[in-house]
This record gives sequence, C-alpha cells and structure tokens, in this order.
Amino acid sequence: MSDATDVPVLRTRGLRLEYGRGAGLVRAVDGVDLEVATGQTVAVMGPSGCGKSTLLHLLGGLDKPSHGEVWLAGSRLDQMTEKGLARLRRTAIGFVFQAFHLMEELTATENVELPALLAGRSPRAARERAAKLLEQVGLTDRGTHLPSALSGGQRQRVAIARALSNDPLVVLADEPTGNLDSEATLDVLRLFQTLRAAGQTLVIVTHDSRIAATADRLISMRDGAFVDETRLTGGTTARLSDLASFAGLDG
Amino acid sequence: MGRTLLVWRLVRADLRRRRSEAALLLLAITATTTTLTLGLVLHGVTADPYQQTRAATAGPDVVATASSPLNGPVTPADLTALNALAQTPGVTTHSGPYPLTWAALGARGLQAGAEVMGRDQTPAAVDQPKLTQGSWIRTGGAVLEASFAQALGIHTGDSITLNGRSFPVVGVAVTAAIPPYPQVCTVGCDLELPQLSPSNTGLIWLTQADARSLATAHEQLTYLMNLKLADPARADAFAQAFGSNSHTLTANSWQYISQQDANLVAAEQQALLAGSWLLGVLAIASVAVLVGGRMADQIRRVGLLKAVGGTPGLVAAVLLAEYLFLALLAALAGLLLGRLSAPLLTKPGSGLLGNAGSPALTATTVAIVVAVALTVAVTATLIPAIRAAHISTVRALADSTHPPRRTAWLIAISARLPVPLLLGLRIAARRPRRLLLSTVSVAISVTGVVAVLTVNARNTQHFGNSSGLNNPWTNQVNQLLLLITVMLILLAGVNAIFITWATALDARRALALARALGATPQQVTAAISAAQTLPALAGALIGIPAGIALIAAVNHGATMTHPPLWPLLAVIPGTMLVIASLTAIPSRLAARRSIAEILQAELA
Repeated sequence: MSDATDVPVLRTRGLRLEYGRGAGLVRAVDGVDLEVATGQTVAVMGPSGCGKSTLLHLLGGLDKPSHGEVWLAGSRLDQMTEKGLARLRRTAIGFVFQAFHLMEELTATENVELPALLAGRSPRAARERAAKLLEQVGLTDRGTHLPSALSGGQRQRVAIARALSNDPLVVLADEPTGNLDSEATLDVLRLFQTLRAAGQTLVIVTHDSRIAATADRLISMRDGAFVDETRLTGGTTARLSDLASFAGLDG
Repeated sequence: MGRTLLVWRLVRADLRRRRSEAALLLLAITATTTTLTLGLVLHGVTADPYQQTRAATAGPDVVATASSPLNGPVTPADLTALNALAQTPGVTTHSGPYPLTWAALGARGLQAGAEVMGRDQTPAAVDQPKLTQGSWIRTGGAVLEASFAQALGIHTGDSITLNGRSFPVVGVAVTAAIPPYPQVCTVGCDLELPQLSPSNTGLIWLTQADARSLATAHEQLTYLMNLKLADPARADAFAQAFGSNSHTLTANSWQYISQQDANLVAAEQQALLAGSWLLGVLAIASVAVLVGGRMADQIRRVGLLKAVGGTPGLVAAVLLAEYLFLALLAALAGLLLGRLSAPLLTKPGSGLLGNAGSPALTATTVAIVVAVALTVAVTATLIPAIRAAHISTVRALADSTHPPRRTAWLIAISARLPVPLLLGLRIAARRPRRLLLSTVSVAISVTGVVAVLTVNARNTQHFGNSSGLNNPWTNQVNQLLLLITVMLILLAGVNAIFITWATALDARRALALARALGATPQQVTAAISAAQTLPALAGALIGIPAGIALIAAVNHGATMTHPPLWPLLAVIPGTMLVIASLTAIPSRLAARRSIAEILQAELA
C-alpha cells in the first residue's frame, strides 16, 4: 500500500488541448479533470493516439493547454512563463520517456547528474547524488558506460534515476516500458514499486496492463477524455511472481 | 547515359527544392572566383597606359641624372659625364641636361614638396609632357604633373607658392619620364628641407631660369638628361652601366619607370590574390557548413534512393554532382564578374594617358579559377557525400544522424561552469568538425581585418607625412582591402548563422531534453550562442597573429609596421560580440521550439 494522502499535489480542471480549426479541429485532450494526491501512483491507459502522452506533456508543462487549468504544488502551470515552467520542471517534476532520451555522448553517471547541475548543485553534490541513485536502480557498475553500451532496460533505469535526481514532487512516466522486452519490463516494474513504496508520486501513461496493475488508480482514456477510473488495492509487490509468470519469465 | 540523366534529374529537382541554399552556395563560391579572377587578370595591365603615355610624350628610354654631392653643387666632372652621354654609341636623340631642384610648396592651405624641373618653353626632342589642361610653361608660370595637381586639388588658373614665391598654374600635364605622384621619389629625390618627404612630393615644371632661382644652399641643383636609344630594349643595361661607378651619377630605364607605375596595380594584385585565398578557404567552410546542414536534412532521401536500388556510388554521385554543378556556375560567374570589374581597379589615374585596356582572360586563368571552384566544392562535399553514401539504408530511412562525439575532459570541465556554458561547451564538443569550421571561419575573417589594420599602420607610417594630400596609391589599395574585408566578414557572418542553425537542428533533441530537465529557454539560447562564441574566441586569437603573418609573408620579410595594440585587442571582444549578435536570433528561434514536439518526433 502507498502512503498516499488526500492532499492533491497535481490537479487539472477542464483541461483541453485542441489542434486545427473548423472541420479539421482535433481535441487531443478533451476536458480532463484529475487530482493526484501526494504519494499516489496513477496509471493512465488507453489505445495509441488517445491523448495519453499529450496529457502527460500538459501535466509536466512541456505543452500549453488550449483551455483549463493545471496546478502543481499550488502553482498554476498553464499561466506560467516558459522560464517559470523550466524552474518548476527542474525542482518539482521528473520525466521518464518511452525512448529514454538519454544524452548519447554522456555516461550513465553524467546523464543522471545533469538535472542536478542544471539546478545549480555543485559538481561534487551532483556526482554523489548520481552515484546514490545509480546504486538504487542497481547500476553502480554501469556508471561509466555510454547509453549505447547499455541494454534497453538499463537505459530506462538510468532515465528513472535521472528523473529522481532533484527529488521531484511528481514523476511523470510516458510509456516507460514501451521499448522494453519482458525481462527489462519486470525490472522497471520493480523499480516503480520501490518508488511507490517510498511515497513517490507517480503518473504513468501506459498501454501495458502489467504496469497499470502497480498503480493505486487506473484511469482509462479514449479520444482525449477520461472514460473510466478504477481504484486498485495493492499494486504489484505481492503479485510480482504472478506478473513474472504473465510475462513468461518464471522459467 | 541513363545513369547520367538520372543524376541530372535528381540534381535539378533538389536545386529547385532548395533555391535559397543553392543561391547562397553560389554566392560564397562566386565571391572567391571573382576575387581570384581579378587577382590573375590584373597581371601587367598597366603596361598599356604607360606605353600610350610614352608614345604620346616622346618618352625617353633612359633618364640620367647628375646629383649634387653633400653640401655642394654638381661637380664639373659629373656634368661633363652627363653631357657625354649624348655622344655615347647607341644614343640616337637626347634632351637636356635640365636643372632640377626641390622646394617647399604651398597651395590651398596645404604644404607639400615639389620636384621642380627647369624646361625650355619650346618642345624638346625627348620627353614632351602632354598637356591635359592649360598651356605649357612661361616665365613665372608653373605646370603641374597631373596626378599631383589632382592630389592638391589644383587647376589651371590657381596659384601655388614655391619656397614662398607665388606662381600661377598655367597648365597640367603628364609625362613618361618620371613616375606620377606619389611615386616621383622612387626614381630618386634629394630632399634636404625638413618639410619635404617622399610621400608628399610631386613634379612641377618651370622655366629653367625660374627653376634655377629656387635652388638654395640646402637644395642644390641636380641635372637630368633624357635619352632615346637605338635599341630601347637595352635601356636597362645602358642605365646600369652609366650609374655603376658613381654615387652621384644615376640612370633609370623606361622599364624601371614603367614598373613604378605598375606598383599600384601590383599592390592591388597582391591584395586580391591574398584575399582570394582567404575567401577560398572561407568558401570551403561556407560550403561545408551548408552541405553538412543539408546532408543532415537529406539522410532520409539517401535512404529512399538506396531503398529503390541506388548504389552508394550513385548516391555519392548525386550529392557531389549537385555541388560540382554549382561550383562550375560560380566559376563562370566569377570569371565574368572579375573580367568586367578589372578595368575599375586598373584605372591608370590622372598620371597616365589612356585606359588600362582589356585585362587578359587567358586559358591558364580560366583553368585556375575553374579548378579552385571545383576544389572548394569537392573539399567541402566529399566527406559528407561518402558518409551519406555508406550509411545503412535502414538508418537512413529512420533519419538517424551519426552519433555525437564525446569529449570526456570537456564534459568534466563544463560541469563546473554556469548552465549556459555547460550546455554550450557540450553542444560545441558534439561536432568537432563543425567546431573547427566555426573557428576557421572566424579566424580567416579576423586575419583579413588584422591584415587591413597592419597595412593601414604601414601606410600611416610611410605616407603619414603627406600633409593631407589625397594619396591615390593608398586610397585605391585601402578601398580594395576594405572591400575584401567586408566580403570576408559577410561570408563569416553567413557561416556563423548557418552553423548556429545547423547546430540547433542537430542538437534539437539534446536541447529539448535539457529544457525538459529544467533549463530555461534563455539558458538554452545563451548555450547555442556560447557554442558559437567560444570558437569565435579561438578564431580571433588565431586570426590576430595570422593576419600579421600574412602581411609579413606578402612583404617577403621586409620590415613590418605593427598596428597599435588597442585595435588588435579590440578585435577579440568585437568578434565575440558580432558572433553573439548574429547567432542570437537563430538561437532564440531554436530555443522556442516545442519540447513535446521534438521529443515525440523520436517516436514517429
């Protein structure tokens, strides 16, 4: 179980993002109301193109909504300047992307320490933090490796470590297992479970039911809107063996 | 034939699709080929005006002089030797000896020096100065050499003073016996008065009596004789033989005098050739930048070509053919522009008659210009074309560019720097070749600027005492150097903008990611600018000694005059400021692109 409180760290009201005009109007996100409490893990599921990733970009201030409000820790993102959003992303948000988005010319350690350096931490503090995070994700011995020398799962674990570099209020994960094989998926699932247990707020966009099963809440999305929400009771800790079996990894 | 046609069709289609880029490429290479053409066609073009003047004025083959020794008049022995020249075998006609002295000249508030030659009022057999204004000398009336009159702004009817005595100007004339202003003293002057200098002295004709009356204890009379030889081609040998045994007896051949006339164009030619090499290297950088940027953009097209059966050879041929075609066009444009504009640079000035004639566009010139244009294109294109030709079809279709370079020590150092420099250094280090191009591009422009500063310093020292006279020699060279420098700066500016844009495109994912991780748009803008400003600093530091070295090389080891320190030092922050300004807009545009869009594109 998570230690989720009822205080919403992340909140949206009537969130909408539209492209085009007239007959060509597309509502990528259509009137989304969402509240995520501190320490809660929310999974958003839906078919490809339903607006999951777009929603995540709006939540993280990577995109601006056409209408509606986005609040993060008391700050209204949709009215902030680019500079303000950057500062907020630096301290309050951690991103995990499907394509990992690691800097190819930087080692695992250098990738993980980058957000801390951008936040103005000393090189030594940033390096120590990176070492600690790489240890947490089980990659201590891969710190000096370039992304090209890491497996997909290892790359995603580096990306997760990077997302945690500045102790964010919320981690936004966009299809974190979308590019991974089953074994690597299981590694990432375990990692998210650990984060959840540690009280880290997580919003995970996925179309993978295994990862959705680790959440406190499962929201279904279709055509840009929320169509269903399920409150889950447990997450994956007790069921990792079942998931391993589901993934065909039980030998 | 089918393959050639296919290549041509693909080239034509791509050129139509990217007209502005093709135009810029054409412009960059044309700048080089035009300058090179000018430098090559200027060779020997002043021979025409000098020969025309020589024919029109019954110009001498040899001009012999008996100078006064220190603190005394010309010795009778020297005067006898000079007179004896008229009887020397091989001499067919002569005029003189004429008295010659130097006097302080005042005109229109200007102070200058005058080489005063006493002449008869009737035409001489040899050296009949051709009047361009007014009439020939009379008692108390002066005739000025045409380019000297122009530098002074004097016309017929004006007055001048010589050693304080007033003389009306009755005429203006040209001669082939003595080089025009400011080259008069290159055939010998005896300047004792402190206000006289070789750079402010010009030729004036008076009657012999008036000239003699201007001689002083400081400026004793010298005598000059004009000779016609049976064999003008032997004039050099004749002149050398006459002056070989005495310090006070000298002679100059018509070839030597013609050479002094040609010095102006020779200096221009030197400046143009040096400038064309600088522009050539810069054009390589320009083309490489543009080609590099286009290649990154064309990877998917390469993939498509390969997917439908195109061999690596065909892909390379298509890419190379496009730039070779543009280079050929640029060579033709350069030859045409150079040929048409050469007469503007070879105006003989008022000191000689006639026009410079048609500069020769020889087969060698054409071959050199075409070869340089093709070399520029091949040098800049070959590596990217081969790289594109050998990229795997799958990678090319996926539009994945080659991975960035890792420079570990730079990454470690940058971690200690503020965010804009941290990102800027890392962006710059990702593409060492582009970094090199950036540095070279700025270094060449700074080399040009420093070379101009050095030439100006030299001119100020050599011609500084021209008492406000307009110096056609320095004016024309300075204008030319300024033109070349402006072209260098413009090309470097275009390069800086394109390199910035190519950098921003290439690093768009890394920069979007940095923004997603918390870098502000301002930090990213500053980082992209810093990625260009840092190599600009290196370029400026290289360009300063390179500019001085260039002038030293062109001077063939002659004594150098270095420009003052402060303008040299100002070049460094000036360069960085210019590059920062030029890159500000593309950097800002790049930093405003949607993060989500860029990061999502990876998955598309």
